[in-house]
Amino acid sequence: MAINILMPALSPTMTEGKLAKWHVKEGDKVSSGQVICEIETDKATMEVEAVDEGIVGRILVAEGTEAVKVNAPIAILVEEGEAVPAGPAPQATPAQPPAAAPPPTPPASAQAPVAAPVPSAAPAAKPAPPKAAPAARDGQRIFASPLAKRIAAEAGLDLARIDGSGPHGRIVKADVEAARKGGTARAAPPAAPGERPAAAAAFPAGETRKIPHTSVRKVIARRMLESKQQVPHIYLTVDYEIDALLAARQAINAVGEKSKIKVSVNDMVIKACAQALRDHPDVNASWTETDMIQYGTVDVSVAVATDRGLITPIVRNADLKGIGRIASEMKDLAARAREGKLKLEEFQGGGFTISNMGMYGIKDFAAVINPPQAAILAVGAGEQRVVVRDGQMVIRTIMSCTLSADHRVVDGAVGAQFLQTLRGYIEQPAAMLL
Amino acid sequence: MAETSFDLIVIGTGPGGYVAAIRAAQLGMKTAVVERDHLGGICLNWGCIPTKALLRSAEVFHLMKHADSFGLSAKDVGFDAKKVVERSRKVAGQLNAGVKHLMRKNKITVFEGAGRLDGVAGGLRKVAVTDKDKKATALTAKNVILATGARARELPGMEADGKLVWTYKEAMVPPSIPKSLLVIGSGAIGIEFASFFRTFGSEVTVVEVLDRILPVEDEDISAFARKAFEKQGMKLMTSATVKALKKGTNSVTAAIEAGGKTQELTVERVISAVGIVGNVENLGLEGTKVKVERSHVVIDQWGFTGEPNVYAIGDLCGPPWLAHKASHEGVIAVEHIAGLKNLHPLDVSNVPGCTYCTPQVASVGLTEKAAKEKGHQVKVGRFPFIGNGKAIALGEPDGLVKTVFDARTGELLGAHMIGPEVTELIQGYGIARTLETTEAELMHAVFPHPTLSEAMHEAVLDAYGRVIHI
Repeated sequence: MAINILMPALSPTMTEGKLAKWHVKEGDKVSSGQVICEIETDKATMEVEAVDEGIVGRILVAEGTEAVKVNAPIAILVEEGEAVPAGPAPQATPAQPPAAAPPPTPPASAQAPVAAPVPSAAPAAKPAPPKAAPAARDGQRIFASPLAKRIAAEAGLDLARIDGSGPHGRIVKADVEAARKGGTARAAPPAAPGERPAAAAAFPAGETRKIPHTSVRKVIARRMLESKQQVPHIYLTVDYEIDALLAARQAINAVGEKSKIKVSVNDMVIKACAQALRDHPDVNASWTETDMIQYGTVDVSVAVATDRGLITPIVRNADLKGIGRIASEMKDLAARAREGKLKLEEFQGGGFTISNMGMYGIKDFAAVINPPQAAILAVGAGEQRVVVRDGQMVIRTIMSCTLSADHRVVDGAVGAQFLQTLRGYIEQPAAMLL
Repeated sequence: MAETSFDLIVIGTGPGGYVAAIRAAQLGMKTAVVERDHLGGICLNWGCIPTKALLRSAEVFHLMKHADSFGLSAKDVGFDAKKVVERSRKVAGQLNAGVKHLMRKNKITVFEGAGRLDGVAGGLRKVAVTDKDKKATALTAKNVILATGARARELPGMEADGKLVWTYKEAMVPPSIPKSLLVIGSGAIGIEFASFFRTFGSEVTVVEVLDRILPVEDEDISAFARKAFEKQGMKLMTSATVKALKKGTNSVTAAIEAGGKTQELTVERVISAVGIVGNVENLGLEGTKVKVERSHVVIDQWGFTGEPNVYAIGDLCGPPWLAHKASHEGVIAVEHIAGLKNLHPLDVSNVPGCTYCTPQVASVGLTEKAAKEKGHQVKVGRFPFIGNGKAIALGEPDGLVKTVFDARTGELLGAHMIGPEVTELIQGYGIARTLETTEAELMHAVFPHPTLSEAMHEAVLDAYGRVIHI
């Protein structure tokens, strides 16, 4: 009995992904639990394991294919000696989706109101027939008017890729027609190289290239645009004197040398922020249309630059952890972030973000808030500056920080109080031990 | 000292204005309304409601006269025009008091007098109110909604005098039922009065300049209505124009041109129902960016006039001149002012139109002709009430339900009805259109038996060749 292997939904918001790599080829025997392919999703690359035993009869989606819809058949598994069907197995028996490794876990309950509910069962048990326009989005029902469904089906548009403007986001006729006109719901047409005017030949230049967006790039673009368009940012800049913090770091690292613990300034900033967030739950919060969400745990996201783009792994319960533990966790998270091997729960959620560009010599900058969080702290380089203390010019190591805060949640004075508390921890690091 | 500064002032308290004011109050705005006449406007005092009261009297009278067809006997059936009118006024009065109560309940301040825009001061709109004793009150508001409505259009040389030539206003309080009556215009207003007076025994002639009566309705409905009215003894002249009215002591002689010939008709009274013009005068629009075109204020899809913080709604802004359209526009304008998200402009094609003649007429969406002109391939369904058990039991089997679907998508483009209680039924198709259902959901929906609404189901089935009861 041939079995369809379906494109799995690796996250609650995933609607499509890139089939990055096949680990098996046609004719290979696979056993349950064996990694068969890698899928690049919104934010990470994930390995997909086989659920059933069998022989890879046919690979339906080639390596490197972009925008493979969730639940689309990607390969056919057959039994030994069985004839290989030309296309996906018939739908009469539900085909099994491969198990995603690891299965998505719901975010901490305190953060649930801002996260999409996670489907309780495995994603749709059978692939949607090609004509059925209302394919499940994250395994959930898509709300669309009957007329919108029918027009979408007729035009071959995927409702999961159309935003609804009706009551409670219901997709209505006008949305489908706008998508049809704008072509927004279709796969992007192949990039046609633009013709270069003859006059340009006088100034020979390198070839203009069109580079298709990666999933990560698209997500970054969408989220940053949303943030800047929809979140009213307020910016508060402060200078922290970090000589005491540097001294403390040296002392910690001297002690930790034997146990190979090495603490960075950033790790100490994470800890300081966590302490300050515990003192200011109104900053560890999110705006929703009806309520203010204050998180019950202090989970700090830390921006990590990778060659795939920006990602923000989370140090959970950072207020309860020691600096050494934060340092080792952060080291592990950053390394796996660079490899694209973070698990979903390791970068989804978080109540506050730190973005540190000190290592690039950036003196001070204003970061874009990472929604639905209400604030992000941009950390500049620690540098020696001449400052005035008690009427005297003295040299101190100064680190400028700018808090970008969602003004709907954090008023200027609230943000300033938070930064004041943070000053206490950064300038007197012993306070973090209390 | 009464409060004079508000978040919102609504000028006019018809079904557009007072509903807008209540919605604003719900959204937490400090709201005032300005009314020069009666709370509730024309609709409630001189339009929709009192005419329905009159037509109910006509309906009961008609039933009593035909009592024997129900196996009943009623002797000496008669009427007292004065009492019929009294009842109508009482109904209007009761609802007028109801609006007063709603204003109080929602803490909306009511200013009696004529309101007009009076410039800007300190970023606020100024509104000047002048009451009957010429006493002036100066108000300010962040936003103003103009909702002053409309009035009967008058043809030059045929202006209503209130005695021999009436507009709807005089026709609503007739001292007696005229023996003969000429109605100029066969839109909803003209036809309703024609129907009312015909039921009470007037010799009624309706003159329509276009080639059919109820010209905004589907052609099938116009034709069906014509037959029904002629059967009742109404005289209908289409493609005809009243050229002149010559007034006598207690009669009017009209020169009516039709088919190149002019004929004279002498009647006791004339009702002029030739359309509507917006009440755009004395609103202080001069020197503002508010644009007036063909006697109506020009607005965008949210009711915004182009003049900062000035909105306009309802009949003042043009057709369809319907109370329910005005109410919806009022709500949308207020929600736009409040900055609510996900607002949708009013889709006029989802506004049902109702005419309360006998038989009633109701419709929503496109006529078959309009649908074809828009390039739709259509599927049309028809079902006569003679095939509906409830209609026969009621003794009102005259009528027709017609549906127009887009053949490709199954969209219900329009629905057109004539017959018993169709004004109460049309909302079913209105909801269907608003929810964007296709023929499939309408076919799957279970309509209760025995009801008139089954005819609506059958008309859908008929469009797809699946009708049961014909």
